[in-house]
Amino acid sequence: MSITEILFWGLSVLALCSAILMVAVKSPVHSILYLIVVFFAISGHYILLNAQFLAIVNIIVYAGAIMVLFLFVVMLMNLNAESEPKKNRLIQFAGLISGGCLFLVIIAAITKSSVATEMVQMGGGNAGLIKNLGMVLFTDYVIPFEISSVLFLSAMIGAVVIGKKESSTVTPKGD
Amino acid sequence: MEIQWYIGLAAALFCIGIVGVLTRRNSIIIFMCIELMFNAVNLLLVAFSKMHAASAAVQSNPSVVSDAQIFVFFIMVVAAAEVSVGLAIIVMLYRNTHSVDVNFLNRLKN
Repeated sequence: MSITEILFWGLSVLALCSAILMVAVKSPVHSILYLIVVFFAISGHYILLNAQFLAIVNIIVYAGAIMVLFLFVVMLMNLNAESEPKKNRLIQFAGLISGGCLFLVIIAAITKSSVATEMVQMGGGNAGLIKNLGMVLFTDYVIPFEISSVLFLSAMIGAVVIGKKESSTVTPKGD
Repeated sequence: MEIQWYIGLAAALFCIGIVGVLTRRNSIIIFMCIELMFNAVNLLLVAFSKMHAASAAVQSNPSVVSDAQIFVFFIMVVAAAEVSVGLAIIVMLYRNTHSVDVNFLNRLKN
């Protein structure tokens, strides 16, 4: 067993255990922390695949920005108390069964497929380096890159508009 | 590493996300499960791109491998924009109902 395989299985077990704990644990803050562990494990997978740019972006954007936003919202609303009411056991069981059925279908499909035993290039290849990705991004994909800035602007305006306190409904003007 | 292990890992993460969406009632945790599903798909895309990098047909045109990773990058961009709007909606929900339980969102039912 090579060092790459040991790292792969270690990171996979870490990601799966953290994901299960994220779903199962009661407190939202603990859930967010487990999700951050999942994101770091997935970044480790990206590094194993030599996709260095995506590994760094995953840590910065997901674990750094998005999860801090989630933590801010949870702490802003003071949700750390276990406020979730008693859940219906039947609904939990049905959700577990349906998710497990989907998993079984996917696994059964890939065991029949012909690509299942193809090898993945683990260490080598320079396609995921920042230099190559930057060249592709700013030559072939420059228009989607610019459009994504418009998307960010509209998301920012939308978040501000939605999150704003609606004072006009309290004090109707005109009359 | 064979591609089937990556497919299995991504499918397992995706199904854990689906089980979370179906069973939890806290809207913030449902939102985080959606992020988990995004990440499972991203991991699978990167693994497939590296699988094609090893195949012989791609060796003549190496920019095909970069395309998949650019695609993952744009998925992350869209996810970041989606999270900001979604969290604003959850904050507004909390302000109106003083709860983040999605079962209170059944006013369209009647």
